[in-house]
Amino acid sequence: MSNLPPMINLAKPIKSKDKTLHPVLRSLLTFAVIIAIWQAVVIVFKLPAFILPEPLSVFERLIARYDVLLKHSWVTTQEIILGLLLGLSMGLCFALQMLLFKPIKRWLLPILITSQAIPVFAIAPILMIWLGYGIASKIVMAAMIIFFPVTTCCYDGLKNTPTGYLDLAKTMNASKWKMLRHIQLPASLPTLASGIRVAVVIAPIGAVAGEWVGSSEGLGYLMLQANARMLIDEMFAALFILSTISVGLYFITDKVLKKLIPWEA
Amino acid sequence: MLSMTNKHSAKQVPKQTVLNEIKAPSLDIKDASLRYHHSEQYVLSSLNMHFPAAQWTCILGRSGCGKSSLLRYLANLLVDKVTWSGQLSTSTNLPLQNQIAYMAQQDLLMPWLSVLDNVLLSEKLSNKSHKTGKQQKSLHITKAQQLLEQVGLSDKIHYLPQQLSGGMRQRVALARTLMQNKPVVLMDEPFSALDAVTRYRLQNLAHQLLKDKTVVLITHDPQEAIRLANQLYIMQGQPAFAESLTVPDSQIPRSFDTQSASLQQQILDRLEQDYE
Repeated sequence: MSNLPPMINLAKPIKSKDKTLHPVLRSLLTFAVIIAIWQAVVIVFKLPAFILPEPLSVFERLIARYDVLLKHSWVTTQEIILGLLLGLSMGLCFALQMLLFKPIKRWLLPILITSQAIPVFAIAPILMIWLGYGIASKIVMAAMIIFFPVTTCCYDGLKNTPTGYLDLAKTMNASKWKMLRHIQLPASLPTLASGIRVAVVIAPIGAVAGEWVGSSEGLGYLMLQANARMLIDEMFAALFILSTISVGLYFITDKVLKKLIPWEA
Repeated sequence: MLSMTNKHSAKQVPKQTVLNEIKAPSLDIKDASLRYHHSEQYVLSSLNMHFPAAQWTCILGRSGCGKSSLLRYLANLLVDKVTWSGQLSTSTNLPLQNQIAYMAQQDLLMPWLSVLDNVLLSEKLSNKSHKTGKQQKSLHITKAQQLLEQVGLSDKIHYLPQQLSGGMRQRVALARTLMQNKPVVLMDEPFSALDAVTRYRLQNLAHQLLKDKTVVLITHDPQEAIRLANQLYIMQGQPAFAESLTVPDSQIPRSFDTQSASLQQQILDRLEQDYE
């Protein structure tokens, strides 16, 4: 009985060492496997370069055209991040209004649902006309596409504050504002965080789709141009950078959220 | 972390300067009835109770009999939800609303606040706090630290609630309740989720720290009621009314003897009737 705890302590590190690799190593391994399969497909099926380029030629293109790619990546990154900020603050405001003014909720909810029923891609051309070919229309696209998940998550989080917390605050004579600030908002953070995670992943879709419809810069624009000139390796290079941005953004957000919300389950 | 503690505890301040004690009132309920707006059925009727000043009143009863409703009404949590008739008076003639602290079955510690900040929650939520200066704030912190020391958690003040055991968490909740420094404390089975020994120790601690308060304790556990009650009620029937039982005239918290054993049998007999 007395030597049970040390045995457990011994067993744990061995087990964790056995079964899990370092996450960075794991993603590198996954990456290498995908590249290998890609190369194998090209070799086995003898695909011509304009259908599926070799990984190496994509890599070469990545290096040769890094200045162009970098410039367009910067534009798209801006669109994604500003779109995220806009969409998040809009969603937050919307959710707060629905929470604080019950009658408004009845009027706002149909608008919210309608905004989701119209495909964002369908109104993209209209946004181009209204907001021009610059980055403004893409920011709005990205914001619109994340608006719904953010709003619903935030509203659910705010609405489902444990009644015990609210009761306790009431017995402490908290005002409506203090209750919101000190109880409801922090209690909603874990739910809001999952909304933000979803938003970070889908915001790039809005930005790139906006660029396809009409733009003069950005990775989406670069891909259309490369497509028209049959530069498949450049398309793949742009695609590679785009996914790197998305994944990087997700991991950074995830890290930040975990740091900010340590009590999240 | 340690240096923080030392810095604060260096400024020892007498308790009275922080918050002046309000004398605990006794409460009386006369011929009261209570009904939820959404239902036709009365939950409580012809209810007569007396909660003696600065003593513990325990209320036992079948679950769903309305004891929590009573407590929540006293805690002012049922405004706009119930119709109440009858008399509720305090010996000091002050309204009950600003005199109560509430302790629930769950510890209700905010997971995003440290132990210390949880104890300080009432200060944060109270409406006057935005005017309080730095000095007042540090007085509150000192007070909170003293309370955490009293419940034996002075080494855990910067922990988050989820790092604590159930017993520790409920002790933090007790410190938070004491921080409110209200003359009346309403408790809704606060010890029921704990194991036997932890519960025993927490009962002793609560009894010691809430000595000068009027305490209303709802419980399922006859032994708990017998240990702690100066005044003991059983609520039964539908709609429920309260019946007083005489308790032994011994030192509280009581240790278990033949007298309390027979009282326990009496309680169980009463409670069993209500299940039929």
